[in-house]
Amino acid sequence: MNAPVQPGFDVERIRADFPVLAQQHRGRPLVFLDSGASAQKPRQVIQAMVRSMEERYANVHRGAYRLSEAATADYEAARTAVARFINAADPREVIFTTNSTAAINLVAHGWGRGVLQPGQAVLISEMEHHANLVPWHMLRDDNRGIELRICRVTDAGELDLGDLEAKLADGKVGLVAVTHMSNVLGTVTPAARIVAMAHAKGAKVLLDGSQAAVHRRVDMQALGADFYAFTGHKLYGPTGIGVLWARLEHQERMPPFLGGGDMIASVTLEGSTWAEPPAKFEAGTPPIVEAVGLHAAIDYVSAIGMPALEAHERTLVDHAMRRLSDIEGLTLLGRAQDRGGVFSFALDNAHPHDLATLLDRAGIAVRAGRHCAEPLHARFGLEGGTCRASFGLYTTEGEIDYLAEALTKAREFFA
Amino acid sequence: MFDDLRDLYQEVILDHGRKPRNFRRLEDADRSARGDNPMCGDRMELFVKLAPDGSIADAAFQGRGCAISMASASLMTETVKGKSPAEAHMLGDRFRNLAMTGTCPECGAELEEEMERLQPLSGVHEFPSRVKCATLAWHTLNAALDGGAKEATSE
Repeated sequence: MNAPVQPGFDVERIRADFPVLAQQHRGRPLVFLDSGASAQKPRQVIQAMVRSMEERYANVHRGAYRLSEAATADYEAARTAVARFINAADPREVIFTTNSTAAINLVAHGWGRGVLQPGQAVLISEMEHHANLVPWHMLRDDNRGIELRICRVTDAGELDLGDLEAKLADGKVGLVAVTHMSNVLGTVTPAARIVAMAHAKGAKVLLDGSQAAVHRRVDMQALGADFYAFTGHKLYGPTGIGVLWARLEHQERMPPFLGGGDMIASVTLEGSTWAEPPAKFEAGTPPIVEAVGLHAAIDYVSAIGMPALEAHERTLVDHAMRRLSDIEGLTLLGRAQDRGGVFSFALDNAHPHDLATLLDRAGIAVRAGRHCAEPLHARFGLEGGTCRASFGLYTTEGEIDYLAEALTKAREFFA
Repeated sequence: MFDDLRDLYQEVILDHGRKPRNFRRLEDADRSARGDNPMCGDRMELFVKLAPDGSIADAAFQGRGCAISMASASLMTETVKGKSPAEAHMLGDRFRNLAMTGTCPECGAELEEEMERLQPLSGVHEFPSRVKCATLAWHTLNAALDGGAKEATSE
């Protein structure tokens, strides 16, 4: 059996679930502030995956034997768990992919190339990370007559809804593909409002929930979007598994993305017919053990409770805002009203890579660079990049204090 | 908190990082190349002016990047002046060894003074993710001198 998760929120008890956090780094505990890139894994996830491989592993949907049936049951139970986690109306709306990037590419292929017509447009925003930018560049450059429009971001780091409205006005936008939470600015976008604005103009909506699904309760029926993408490894689950939530009627209209086994109803040498959704989009042997791991991760965060996680994160965000604002020479990127635990910053006399090397020496892991969001850094005049501290459910206020202290000393170091 | 980082960020590195020497465009350059490490955002343009005998009469650069990459480019432009392209290539090879291993066993008496000037950058070998910052300038110099690839990277 998996170790039970205690209800309520006790950050020290939570930290004890994450083996990696016991590491020492030069005599200090590891301060892991890069969960926005990929989160650490609790023992419950690790154990569930080990158990899957040791006791219940075979290929799924194929063998009429006990192990294959057990693995198939586990894989489909993971789908049901995801559906419940995001309040999908039907588990068949959940397509397993390998990550958010694959989920977005599936929409760019299936909806972008399969459904959108020449003369229509895709509308994204300036704050997209490369996963929700490059697939649309590729679609635009595919000579299908699909236009790409880009919604501006305000100086505070919020979506410019006036610009969004203006770019939707002519009714040519067939798909709005925007982030639900920026991986650089921390901005949480007003998703339900964006959906209403887009639907009013006949556009479908893809929300990139890579960050948001980790930090907020996301409810598919309340948001009302058409597609929602997120990934397992940022949600304390394993790498190699992601989710595309897509309405069944949209799945019916989209051609398959990858061809192969498991996605066909019948095959002759002359051709194939497709399986029903979502199997139509899950060609080949799927990430079986990873699905079990994602299920365990969902159980883990659900047992703590998303409201408790949100409350913890709000405390961290307020604390970080206070501590980081006090540091002389530090520029924080983005001042959105509604934000999550992601802070990108530049220190006036230290290049982000030099700064990251210093912080690493103090045991603090942050990301340095442009965080797969090059245009957004250009928008704020920080082509050289920033450092980014991003929080997880195991982050403490003490760690933020330690970061602030290290930043102050780093500034002296480079003075 | 950061005292042991003085091996990497020696005063000479910080000084060259803050105030890079030969940080200008050479309008009458005979050779030039761009260096770009797109993952980290370091970017530079290197200019070389050749003397009638083919040696490097002047070298200069422009760009932006971390203290290591700027200091390395700065020290390099100072070091290669007066060197033949073959000597500059040899220095580059030795410097890459120095940056990756911290030592240069094959460095004999020849070019000893030049290698000594580059020695402060040897600390990067302890930081595998930062070695490419130190070597970008030298990759870019190779590209400029060879005249083939006009865009170099050390990623």
